[in-house]
Amino acid sequence: MPTRTAVIASAVGLHARPAGLFVGLAGEAVRSGVTVTIGRPGEDPVNAASILSVLALGARHGDTVELSVEGADADTVLDRLVDELSIDRDSEGS
Amino acid sequence: MSLVVSTLTGVAASPGTVLAPAVAWDPGVVAVAPAADLDDASARVVADLQFRATAATTAEGTAVLEALVMFAADPELLALAKSRVTRGESPEDAVRAAAASYADQLRGLGGYLAERAPDVEDVGARLGDALAGRAPAGLPRPGHPYVLVARDLAPADTALLDPAVVVGIVTEQGGPTSHTTILARSLGIPAVVACAGARAALDAHEVLLDGTRGEVHVDPPADLVADARAREARAAERRAHSRGPGTTADGVAVKLLANVGTVDEAAAAAAGDVEGIGLFRTEFLFLGRTEEPSVAEQVDTYSSVLDAFGERRVVFRTLDAGSDKPVPFLGLGEEDNPALGVRGLRTAAVRLDVLERQLQALAEAATRTATQPWVMAPMVSTAEEADAFAALARGAGLHHVGVMVEVPSAALRAGQVLRGVDFASVGTNDLAQYALAADRQLGDVAALLDPWQPALLDLVALTCAGADGHDLPVGVCGEAAADPHLAVVLVGLGVRSLSMAPRAVAGVRSTLAQVPLSVCRQAADAARAAADPAGARAAVASLLGA
Repeated sequence: MPTRTAVIASAVGLHARPAGLFVGLAGEAVRSGVTVTIGRPGEDPVNAASILSVLALGARHGDTVELSVEGADADTVLDRLVDELSIDRDSEGS
Repeated sequence: MSLVVSTLTGVAASPGTVLAPAVAWDPGVVAVAPAADLDDASARVVADLQFRATAATTAEGTAVLEALVMFAADPELLALAKSRVTRGESPEDAVRAAAASYADQLRGLGGYLAERAPDVEDVGARLGDALAGRAPAGLPRPGHPYVLVARDLAPADTALLDPAVVVGIVTEQGGPTSHTTILARSLGIPAVVACAGARAALDAHEVLLDGTRGEVHVDPPADLVADARAREARAAERRAHSRGPGTTADGVAVKLLANVGTVDEAAAAAAGDVEGIGLFRTEFLFLGRTEEPSVAEQVDTYSSVLDAFGERRVVFRTLDAGSDKPVPFLGLGEEDNPALGVRGLRTAAVRLDVLERQLQALAEAATRTATQPWVMAPMVSTAEEADAFAALARGAGLHHVGVMVEVPSAALRAGQVLRGVDFASVGTNDLAQYALAADRQLGDVAALLDPWQPALLDLVALTCAGADGHDLPVGVCGEAAADPHLAVVLVGLGVRSLSMAPRAVAGVRSTLAQVPLSVCRQAADAARAAADPAGARAAVASLLGA
């Protein structure tokens, strides 16, 4: 199963708006028929389309997470998700 | 025999006076057909919350509701609830329990995530209600403007609130820092909170709500209404004409400054009619970062703020971190009781170098902009800490060095604590938390944090007395400075600068301009002579004839 690691770029960590955007993207992928999980390295991964599970990871700025995608176009989906986690949305203003 | 109650008293939450019929409201009482299953319940709650999000009257309201929508549609929440149903629980109990287990996980993480826990439970309750055939009742639509009377209001209830229809708010619960209070102030709606028995006493009556004094008059006589209207008109007239530096009626200068937390807020404040920044929170540069911001980055940020304000005063507070305001690179441990732990200036004991570099950056920004910033340390408890900070800041080349008075020990021993600094700034929110032993994060003790608590005013008086011996200026930053009557009291106690949200400045300026220093002192005496916050408010309101 294709797996990638990413470092949380958002200054507030993986919650609030950054988590919402990430979960929204993962949810789109899941609706197209793939499975997406996220977790801390060495721990049980959780459903990346579940906002509550993602928040409960408590991932902070600079933490490393592992993403796995199973299904069609897994690498393309992984690229998009890793990109999303690598943007600091808070520094973009609103 | 019926008992006639003519006036109810609560906590003044949002200033202003309004006369309108009261409508008591209880959320979640409309009976509808029960949802078929958990997925149907989720779809219904999502649709309801999405509708509320699109119709929300503030950006903050929309953001809260959009988060609730994601919770209500969460696939793992529904999966957990379904697995509980297969083990024999009713769908309603199962979904509430599933939401509660996620809420507990978030609470365990602390900070921002812990604050989302009640929202998750709210969604669990909404899903349970949909399964049980209860739909959330919308706010009343009686066809005319009204005063909304409720036990308490949740974010999802108030996001749709139209200030043209809901012209006043009275709640039985809540406190000076509760959601209802913050919302009412942001919309400019007069409000009284913590008003016991309000629903039963006020429903369907004409009420005169006085959000300045914290009173609600039931079926008020015509002369009371006329008085209130005349007072409102005068206050509005004064606010409209209020400009320039703050002074008392007899010309004693009281600087009116802005509380600011980001560069954008500073730019907005600089464009307004304020005399400077009384509290620039530097945390935004540090919070959540795994690496310390470089000196160059800090110098750029501080310089842009100093440039925007030119000759006006700018007071920087050095990094105020702690285990509840996490700054990962500081390496602070987890604490059971962050309010009493390593926070504020105490973090310098762990990482002195971080404070040294911040002071260096502030000094370089001063040189670059040819200005003289004021710099103060948060959470100073002893004279020794104040002396050490002053030595460090002066060594870095800073000339206006001060401390915040937020810990009761610093107020009680102000004469010694302030011996080596140039100014003091009282942080009333934290000072109230420590003086009244009431956690600022805990709604159940919110009433204790009322900025009119006479014990808090005593500590401000002690700070001013201690500063007077050294001829030092004392300022106040915190909720207290934004309340016009309390501002009069603070000036009477000896405070000579007030720092607040910029939109509060006009009201404070116009009220101060009506009151000579001698009357400010009488107001301070009257407030300190009172037994409780309500008594203090009433005594000052009657003295000022407002």
